[in-house]
Amino acid sequence: MLTLLHWAALSPFIAAVLIPFLYKYLKRIHTGWFVLILPLVLFVYFLSFIPRTSSGEVILNNLNWVPSLGINFDIYLDGLSLLFALLITGIGALVVLYSIYYLSKRKEKLNNFYVYLLMFMGAMLGVILSDNLIVIYVFWEVTSIASSLLISYWYTREKSIYGAQKSMFITVFGGLSMLGGFSLLYVIAGTFSIRELIANADMIMASSLFIPAMILVLLGAFTKSAQFPFHIWLPDAMEAPTPVSAYLHSATMVKAGIYLVARLTGVFGGVPEWFWIITTVGLVTLIWGSVSAVRQKDLKGILAYSTVSQLGMIMSLLGTGSAAFYFQNGDNALYMTAILAAVFHLINHATFKGSLFMAAGIIDHETGTRDIRKLGGLMTVMPITATISLIGLASMAGLPPFNGFLSKELFLTGMLNVTEYGIFNLETLGIIIPVIAWIASVFTFLYCILMFTRTFMGDLNLSKLKVKHVHEAPVGMLISPIILAALVIVFGLFPNLLAYSIIEPAMAAIAPGIISPGEVFDVHISHWHGFTPELFMTIGIIILGVLLFITFKKWENSAFYRGERDIFNSVYDSGYNGLIAGSKWITRIQMTGRLRDYFIYMSIFIIFILAYTMYHYNLPAIQSLDLSPVPIYMWLILLVFVGSVVIIPFINNRIALIIATSVSGFIVALLFVLFRAPDLALTQLLIESVSVILFMLVFYHLPKLKKVKTPPKMKIVKLIVSIGFGLMITLGSLSAFSMGQDTDFSSISEYYTENSKEEAGGYNIVNVILVDFRGMDTMLEILVVSMAVLTVVSLIKLRFKGSEDI
Amino acid sequence: MFDTVLIVALSALSIALLLLFIRVVKGPSTQDRILALDAIGVLLVGFIGIIMILQDTSVFSDIVLVLTILGFVGTLSLSKFLERGVVIEHDD
Repeated sequence: MLTLLHWAALSPFIAAVLIPFLYKYLKRIHTGWFVLILPLVLFVYFLSFIPRTSSGEVILNNLNWVPSLGINFDIYLDGLSLLFALLITGIGALVVLYSIYYLSKRKEKLNNFYVYLLMFMGAMLGVILSDNLIVIYVFWEVTSIASSLLISYWYTREKSIYGAQKSMFITVFGGLSMLGGFSLLYVIAGTFSIRELIANADMIMASSLFIPAMILVLLGAFTKSAQFPFHIWLPDAMEAPTPVSAYLHSATMVKAGIYLVARLTGVFGGVPEWFWIITTVGLVTLIWGSVSAVRQKDLKGILAYSTVSQLGMIMSLLGTGSAAFYFQNGDNALYMTAILAAVFHLINHATFKGSLFMAAGIIDHETGTRDIRKLGGLMTVMPITATISLIGLASMAGLPPFNGFLSKELFLTGMLNVTEYGIFNLETLGIIIPVIAWIASVFTFLYCILMFTRTFMGDLNLSKLKVKHVHEAPVGMLISPIILAALVIVFGLFPNLLAYSIIEPAMAAIAPGIISPGEVFDVHISHWHGFTPELFMTIGIIILGVLLFITFKKWENSAFYRGERDIFNSVYDSGYNGLIAGSKWITRIQMTGRLRDYFIYMSIFIIFILAYTMYHYNLPAIQSLDLSPVPIYMWLILLVFVGSVVIIPFINNRIALIIATSVSGFIVALLFVLFRAPDLALTQLLIESVSVILFMLVFYHLPKLKKVKTPPKMKIVKLIVSIGFGLMITLGSLSAFSMGQDTDFSSISEYYTENSKEEAGGYNIVNVILVDFRGMDTMLEILVVSMAVLTVVSLIKLRFKGSEDI
Repeated sequence: MFDTVLIVALSALSIALLLLFIRVVKGPSTQDRILALDAIGVLLVGFIGIIMILQDTSVFSDIVLVLTILGFVGTLSLSKFLERGVVIEHDD
C-alpha cells in the first residue's frame, strides 16, 4: 500500500512533472519559488520522525512492485536513512533558495534545471529510503542520469559535455557492477531485502560468492563516492552550475556510496577484506585528494578535490569501524568511535562544504572568475562572503571551535584506535594508518589556508577581472550559506544537540546487532579531552601546515604545483580513445565490405561446427550403407554431370557457362527420371529452360567477365574452404543416411501410399501431398513466387533517380 | 535378353552423351556448343524412352513431349541471341 512515506519519496518526481507548466504559464515569478516549497515541506516532515527513530524505532512500509521477483518498493526508515533524508531535503531547500538568486530568470532555462534537480532529489530519497536492493539500484541510476543532465546544463559548452559524459561512464560502470553484486547477494541469500540480508549475514559470509559480491558492490560505492582511482569524474563535474555542485557533488550524491557502504556494513562487515579494502581505498583517496587540492587554481577545483579527500576520510572511518563486527561485543568505544566520527563528519562536511561551494559561486558571480591567480583582496569588498568562507575553511581545516575540529579529533582518535585492535595483521601495518591520516590532514590545512589567503587577502587586482565594479552579493544569495555557516558554528559549539537525536540512531543503523536492544552507543563529543595524542597531532597539523604555507613561495614554481591535471585523467582519456580506436580497428579488419570475405567466414564456421560435431560424436559413421547396384550407363551419366560442374570455374565465355550449367540441369532431370520422379523431372526441365532464357534476356546488361588476379595465398584459402565445405556436407549426408538406416524408424511415406486414394481421391501421390496432405507449404511457396514476381516488377518499374533516400 | 539389349542401348547413349559433353566443353565456337546442347536434349528423349520400356511405365511420356518443346525453345533463344544480340525485341 502506498503510504505517506512512499509519497514523500515520489513527490519530487510528481513535482517535476508540474515544473514545465509553472515555468511556461507563470513567467513572472522565478520557478524556483514553487520548487522551494517541496523540500521545505519534506524537511519538516522528516524532522517529525526524529523522536521515533531516536527511541530506536524503525519504520517499515511495504509496497509490492514485482513480488514474483522479490522486488518491492519497501520503505525502511531508521536513523541512517533519516540522517540522509534530512541532509537531502534540508540542503536541497537551501540550494533551491540559493539557485533562485544564482540563476537568472531571463537568461536560463529554469524549467530544465528544476526538473533535473527534482528528479535528482526524488531519486536520492528513493536510494536512502528503500529496503530493496533492486529499488536502490533503480534510483541509483536515476541519480546518475540526473547528475549528468545537471552537469551538462550548459550543454553548448564542450567541457560540460565532457564532464557529464565522464561522470556518466564512471558512475554507470559502477552502478552496473553494483547490480551484479546485488544479484550475487540474491543468489546467496535468496532475497533483495537489506534487513533480511543482515539477518542472514552468517550464511552470506560462509558463501564462496561472498568476495565477488563484496567487490562488485564496493565498485558501485567507490565510483559514486569518487573514491580513488574513480575520483576523476568529480573535478570535471565542476562544470555544472554552482548550486548543483554544492548539492550533488558535495552534500548528497557523492555520499550515496558512503550510504551504501554504511548500510551494508551489517552484511559484509567483520571480515578482513572489507576492512582492508575500504580503509585502504579511503586513506589513499584522502591523501590523494588533499595533495591534489593543493595544486588546484580554480576555486571549485580545490573544493572538488577537497570533497574527494573528505569522502575518503569518511570511507576510511567506515572501514576501520567495521572491525566492531569482528568483535561483536568487545570494547565498543574502541571501534565505534570510528563510526561515530564517520557519521558526525558526514553531517559536518555537508554543512561546511555546501557553504563553501555557495561562497565560491558568489565570488564567481560577482567577479566573473574562479581562478585564484586572478582573485585577491576581496575581504573588504565582500565581507560577508569572506566570513562565511573563513568559517567553512576553518571548519574544514579542523580548527576549534567549529564542528570540523570535533570530527577531526574523533577521526584521529578512531585512526589511533586502529593500532590497538590487534587483528587483521594490524600489529605491523596498523601504525601506517594514523600516519597517513595525519599527513593528509596537514595538506588539508594547507589548501584551506591557501584558498582563503589567495581569494580574500592581498590586493584586489581589478585589471585581471572582467567585472569592473565588484561588490557584495545580494541578500538572497547569502541566506543559504549564512544558514549553513551558522550550523557549522552551532554544531561546533553544541555538538550534543545532534548526539542522541541523530548520530546515535544512525550508528545503531550502521552497526546492527552490536549492542543488545535497549542499550545505546556512547556518544560523547567534547572539545577538550585533556592532553591526548590527538591534541598533539592537531597542534602538529597546524604548525606544519603554517610552515608549509609560509614557505609556499618556494613550491609555487615547482612542476608539482603547476601540473594540476590528475594523472588518472590521462589514463581515462587514453583508455577512452584507445577503446574507440581499438573497436574501429577490429571492425575494419573483419568488416571488409566484400561478400567474398563474409562467405569465407560463414563457410569456415560451418566447416568447424560440422567437423567438431562429427569428432565429438565419433563420426563419420559410414557403415552399413545399403546401396543398390549402379549400372554402367549410370556411371557415365554421373561422369558427365561431375564434369559439367567441375568445368564451370574454368570457363571464360559466358554463353559457354550458361550451356554448361544447362547441361548439368538436363542431367539432373535425367537422374530424376532414372529415380522414377516424373513430376520432379518435369518441373526441373521447365525451370532449367526458363533459367536459360532468363540468362539470355539479362545477358546484354551483364558486365564482361573479368579475370581477377587473386594472390596465391587467397587461392589456397578459397580452395581449402570449398573442398572442406564439400567434404563436410558429403560426410554429413552420408552419416545421416547410414545412421538413419541403423535406427528402426519406419518411413511416413507408407501412410501416403496407402491413403492417397482413400483419403484424398488421387493416384498421383506427389500431387496429393503437395495440395492435400501438406497444402500449407504449397500455399506459402506460391506466395514466395508471387513476391518474387512483384519484386522483379518493382525493381524494373520503380527506379531510384539517385537523389531519393532509400 | 531384352533387358540386356536395353542396357546396351542405354550405355551407348551414355557414351554419346559423354562425347557431346566433350563438344560442349571444347567448342571451339559457341554455335558448336549450342548444337551439342540441342543434341543432348534430343538424346535425352531417346534415353527416357528406353527407360520407360525398362521400367515398364508410361508416366514419362509427357516429359518426352515437354523436353522436345523446351529443347527447341532453348536452342531458339540461344540462336536468336547470337544473331540479334537480344532474345525479345522491342518495337520502339
